[in-house]
Amino acid sequence: MSERALITTRNLSVHYPLRGGLIGPRQVVRAVEGVSIEIARGSFFGLVGESGSGKTTLGRALLRAAPITRGEVIYDDGEVEYDLAAIDRAALKDYRTRAQLIFQDPYAALSPRMTVRDIIAEPLEVMGLTKTRAETDERVREIAARCRLNLEHLRRFPHAFSGGQRQRISIARALVSRPRFVVADEAVAALDVSIQADVLNLLKDIQRDMGLTFLFISHDLSVVAHVCDHVAVMYLGRLVESAPTRELFAAPRHPYTKALLSAIPSLDPDDRGRAQKLEGEIPSPTDPPPGCKFHTRCPFATDICRREEPRLSQQGSAHDVACHRWQELAEGGARA
Amino acid sequence: MTRLLDVENLTLQFDTDEGRITAVDGVSFSLEQGEVLGLVGESGSGKSVTAKSLMKLNPGNAIYGPQTRIALHLDDGSVDIMSLRTSSELQLVRGGAISMIFQEPMASFAPAITIGKQMVEQLLIHTDMSKKQARELSIEMLARVGISDASRRFDQYAFELSGGMRQRAMIAMALSTRPRLLIADEPTTALDVTIQAQVIELMKDLVAEFGMAIIFITHDLGVIAQTADTVAVMYLGRLVERGPVREVLRSPGHPYTRGLLEALPDLEDLDRPLTPVPGDIPSPLERPSGCVFHTRCQVAIEGLCRREVPQFVDLDEHHRAACHLVARERGAA
Ligand SMILES: Nc1ncnc2c1ncn2[C@@H]1O[C@H](COP(=O)(O)OP(=O)(O)OP(=O)(O)O)[C@@H](O)[C@H]1O
Ligand SMILES: Nc1ncnc2c1ncn2[C@@H]1O[C@H](COP(=O)(O)OP(=O)(O)O)[C@@H](O)[C@H]1O
Ligand code: SF4
Ligand code: SF4
Ligand SMILES: [Mg+2]
Ligand SMILES: [Mg+2]
Repeated sequence: MSERALITTRNLSVHYPLRGGLIGPRQVVRAVEGVSIEIARGSFFGLVGESGSGKTTLGRALLRAAPITRGEVIYDDGEVEYDLAAIDRAALKDYRTRAQLIFQDPYAALSPRMTVRDIIAEPLEVMGLTKTRAETDERVREIAARCRLNLEHLRRFPHAFSGGQRQRISIARALVSRPRFVVADEAVAALDVSIQADVLNLLKDIQRDMGLTFLFISHDLSVVAHVCDHVAVMYLGRLVESAPTRELFAAPRHPYTKALLSAIPSLDPDDRGRAQKLEGEIPSPTDPPPGCKFHTRCPFATDICRREEPRLSQQGSAHDVACHRWQELAEGGARA
Repeated sequence: MTRLLDVENLTLQFDTDEGRITAVDGVSFSLEQGEVLGLVGESGSGKSVTAKSLMKLNPGNAIYGPQTRIALHLDDGSVDIMSLRTSSELQLVRGGAISMIFQEPMASFAPAITIGKQMVEQLLIHTDMSKKQARELSIEMLARVGISDASRRFDQYAFELSGGMRQRAMIAMALSTRPRLLIADEPTTALDVTIQAQVIELMKDLVAEFGMAIIFITHDLGVIAQTADTVAVMYLGRLVERGPVREVLRSPGHPYTRGLLEALPDLEDLDRPLTPVPGDIPSPLERPSGCVFHTRCQVAIEGLCRREVPQFVDLDEHHRAACHLVARERGAA
């Protein structure tokens, strides 16, 4: 598996210093802490977790858009291999053409004064990927067609478009440089379900046809279940579980993953009150609890959980979990 | 059951720079006391403005249709909402008999006033409590919605609370005047599923305890399934289907409702493809003639749907849909 990984992180941490506080110890926000993941080439890799768990920060670190405080990030697409923590300027310039971001908000992301053609063409021009206007136009038309935007659309300004069309424009813009790796951060969160389905189908088609690798960040677990082939769960900057999608949804191991899944509102009106409710809220990353970060909310926490941080098990399978008690809980012997 | 609200022929237009747009077009429905109605539909379908109309809360460029009647039935008689003019008349309804909570709780709280002060002020307007009683009740309500350390939170500002806590504080404020109707406009959309589950649980408990009716606006059909007794589906300013939650979700009548359900990812069936409703919702400036959904409907009847507005037909005792095809099938059966 590892020789086919596009992205490999080892013990990746992203810390942000907190401003102010000249007196006393300098505080940092541990937005991402000791994360090791492998994103297989050609996969649709999901990243879930509550708000503030570090999903966006991890995604940005993989794009070299957040500082890598510690650890390693290796990008290897078969053509080039980069160590992102130590990458030089020329290599970073090349990496920017290979790794792209699709934003959440299709309304904020597009400049109102540019035509759709210019919006999509901009990355090509900024990166100097095309030599002539004709070549640029050719590339823009090709990707626009794939995103179901026609020539008439290209002449217009973005305000004249609906949310779904705007998101297709953002997607075309992200893909025009022919990246290998795309981070989609809440790319469908702002869309209505009817449009969401359309954009998700488009992303899947493009991924398959162009052989892309996606990191798909979402707080909507039903969406993740439908489009991703592998899912990683984060909590307070840590990776707590990582597994193939079906396995994760059928047999979650971490108490946090279980709580997340059971909180999804069921479409069945007769299935009310089934959720095992998770009490409380995610703690602040400036002041994380000792031991297992989830112990303040975990119904199964014991002494060891409060003292020692569980390591991510690497069972030799693709299903990893960071919990002292997962095996015991799986056997059904444990009591809350 | 006792009737709480009757809405007849609600029509609402807005004067805008681009012309006059129709945001709500002939919507009629009623609500019983204690009923939880889920209002669903794509963004721009008119859910929020319909809800705000019940308090005449729409801005100055709003024009209500002359046929519009909204009657709120309270213990001491019915209020004709459309006839309320002055702000003191409207005050009796707004935040009194009807309270509203929003997706963004910051919208409900003035940033420079403490949460407690706002709660007390609202109680002083709508009840004959003393300041001391209002303070006590406010702290009790904050504790009731699960805010620990309520007397300290009482003196804090909204920005000092986490998102989930703000939502709870807003619910506490909205319910402290014991409204007969609570309008919740996407109250959990900005929340994590875990916090959403907590808020839903809380709202259910409060309905059981206070017995008020709720209009729950959301685009999340899962949330509807978990909370609502009845569902109303809107499309481009029209009500297209209405019925008990089980019937609407399990045997939807209107092609648009069916389309919404097919577009939705379902955890029970991961292999089912997600089928989008084809096309985009038309601009309110270019409302289609006849059935407003005909430009996207895959079963539209040639020559009919484009020309004639479909009337509601009964699918069941309380389950109705406005669709020519449904009418035809019913007629044939
Ligand atoms: N530039 C920054 N400076 C300081 N702290 C930051 C910065 N960026 C993120 N953080 C903090 O790092 C933590 C993780 O944030 P991140 O945005 O990665 O979370 P997320 O999982 O994407 O959340 P959401 O679901 O809300 O998007 C949060 O506590 C956040 O406040
Ligand atoms: N103050 C306003 N002025 C002009 N148009 C408005 C105003 N408020 C809402 N609208 C329009 O009315 C329609 C319905 O809006 P809304 O009720 O907010 O939809 P929903 O809540 O279903 O998303 C939309 O076309 C919207 O743009
Ligand atoms: S390590 Fe302990 S506290 Fe953490 S998730 Fe497992 S059982 Fe819960
Ligand atoms: S009335 Fe016609 S166009 Fe409208 S939903 Fe029914 S079949 Fe479709
Ligand atoms: Mg984020
Ligand atoms: Mg709205």
